[in-house]
Amino acid sequence: MKKHTWKSKTLPALIMVGPVSLWMILLVAIPLIYVVIMSFCGLDQYYNVSYRFTLSNYARLLNADYVKIYVQSIGIAFLTTMLCVLIAYPFSWLIARTRSRHKTLFYMLVIIPFWTNSLIRIYGWRTFFGTTGWLNTGLEALHLISEPVQFLFNRGTTVLGMVYCLFPFMVLPLYTAIEKLDGNLLEASADLGARKAATFMEVVLPLTSGGIFSGCIMVFIPTLGYFFVSDILGGGNSDVIGNLIERQFQSGNNWPLGAALSIILIMITLLMVRIYQKLGGDLDSLGV
Amino acid sequence: MWKKQPDHCFSMSEKKVTILKKSIVELKEVNKVFGSNHVVKDLNLTVEEGEFLTLLGSSGCGKTTTLRMIAGFEEPSSGTIQVEGESIEEKEPYERNVNTVFQSYALFPHMTIYDNIAYGLKMKKVPKTEIVERVKSIMELVQLEGFEKRYPNQLSGGQKQRVAIARALINRPRVLLLDEPLGALDLKLRKQMQLELKRLQKKMNITFIYVTHDQEEALTMSDRIGVMHEGIMDQIGTPTDIYEHPATKFVATFIGETNIFEGYVTEIRKTDAESKPILQVAVENGEIIGSGEGFQEKEFLTISVRPEKMKYSMQPVEGFTLSAQVKDFIYVGSVIKCIIVLPNGSELKVERLAGEELPPIGTAVYPYWKKDDAVLIHSMDHVVFNAVDDAELV
Repeated sequence: MKKHTWKSKTLPALIMVGPVSLWMILLVAIPLIYVVIMSFCGLDQYYNVSYRFTLSNYARLLNADYVKIYVQSIGIAFLTTMLCVLIAYPFSWLIARTRSRHKTLFYMLVIIPFWTNSLIRIYGWRTFFGTTGWLNTGLEALHLISEPVQFLFNRGTTVLGMVYCLFPFMVLPLYTAIEKLDGNLLEASADLGARKAATFMEVVLPLTSGGIFSGCIMVFIPTLGYFFVSDILGGGNSDVIGNLIERQFQSGNNWPLGAALSIILIMITLLMVRIYQKLGGDLDSLGV
Repeated sequence: MWKKQPDHCFSMSEKKVTILKKSIVELKEVNKVFGSNHVVKDLNLTVEEGEFLTLLGSSGCGKTTTLRMIAGFEEPSSGTIQVEGESIEEKEPYERNVNTVFQSYALFPHMTIYDNIAYGLKMKKVPKTEIVERVKSIMELVQLEGFEKRYPNQLSGGQKQRVAIARALINRPRVLLLDEPLGALDLKLRKQMQLELKRLQKKMNITFIYVTHDQEEALTMSDRIGVMHEGIMDQIGTPTDIYEHPATKFVATFIGETNIFEGYVTEIRKTDAESKPILQVAVENGEIIGSGEGFQEKEFLTISVRPEKMKYSMQPVEGFTLSAQVKDFIYVGSVIKCIIVLPNGSELKVERLAGEELPPIGTAVYPYWKKDDAVLIHSMDHVVFNAVDDAELV
């Protein structure tokens, strides 16, 4: 009898949840614990990780050069987020509230580029902006410029690449929030004497703020880590925290310091999510 | 002294006439087409100031679309709509003295009840002290004191409805449009709110245009009812008019219960100059009579007889050759509904007062009515035909 109960109750649950749990333990929990442990480790004279407790990695994080990069990354992330909101809001409004039967098509236009690896798409921009790229050749053919202009390798192109990569993350929550907005409320607002701008400020914005904020989080946080964008398009002039981490693990060969930097990035992320929750945001709409 | 008297009387009566006849909303030849769907057909409607007008019809008849056009949310495909003598096309919704109470209430979920009600005044930049005062008094009027700081999702359906009404009324509109405002409430609350709305309308002397599919609600509340059917205004008149003299078969069957006969005129007898001619009509189960003007011999027509006007006798009555059998009695409080069956199986409803002596079930009876109690309706409904003809032009 007891065996029957175990089979009918625990076994199905185990089969359903088991693989996911195993996956999460192996690929998320263990690596994360490893990173935390690593961040408190030191290096021996041959640059190998030595497992003895030290806080020196965290102390080095306060190095002025690093602090400069943190500030710069936050600046880039902030700019990227703002641009994404400003472009994605009208766009999402359009696709969420259109009565056109091409609604799905518009939506797919945002999603489909996602199916191509973002690294490849970023290289595409490099080809486009490069000294022998389409833009320069085009401008030369039109005799607008006499010699190739260096468009690449500045903060502007990095931000452009970031906006390009992360735009869909802004559109999706905005689209959901705007589509949920009850059209009757807009009519009611107009009916009560509000102009379009007032309706936007008083009704639309407060009711879609959840979508705006979750979109912002989903753009801001990845921007801090998208090192390949600033590597390819920024040419080392617009590093984000992700670049620092990457360098410690690759050329710097200082894994413990890289681990400590990763922990900082995780802390910033958690802090942002905490603020989001404090402001009344729903964790489910972040997809976490 | 005596000379002045008639003068005074005259001016008074004239003034009264002008007040009664002043129209506030006027629709002329209004059509609305959505794609291939002709929703409102050649609508003409004049709403008088201070009246309670109901647009009544089943769903999809165009009543809500008509209301939305008056509110300015939809543009008519053709025709003109005037509010207070001015065409509404040139005005945005926010510029008009018209407010709407939505079926779904459409309360702003992120605002308190106070902010919801104050919204209109805030948009019109009314001074804050005045807003506070006016919100307070309107909340008293709709009996919502103490709810200022709550949010819409903390309110019951009836309370939300009051907020929606208060939010519209606080702007002191000349015309209030109500789109099935009581649709989501339970029966008891609906009855109570019907009376309350009527009270508010009288008290504030605002023109109400009210949309409903509930004929009882329309009869209870309205000064006039416009019955709409498939985009056409079938009839517009006082509740008594609509009930006693339906202009179309649809109106006759939609408002209240009735017995319908279809037949053709076999004979028209003119008795004297004063009363209407008597029509002898052949229907499926025999011959019946009614009276009415404007009918021709051999014309097909529809005859409607209300259950309370329908009678039956134990002996055949002159002019009627219908025979039927008593099938059932249903007690509905003060009246008894009696069902009698004609030979072809169709049932007639006859209302009898409780306490009357009733024949046993199965008794053969002869249904009849006073000739003036039957409403005669042209079967080839000219209203519908005209509109369909015009519709092809649009």
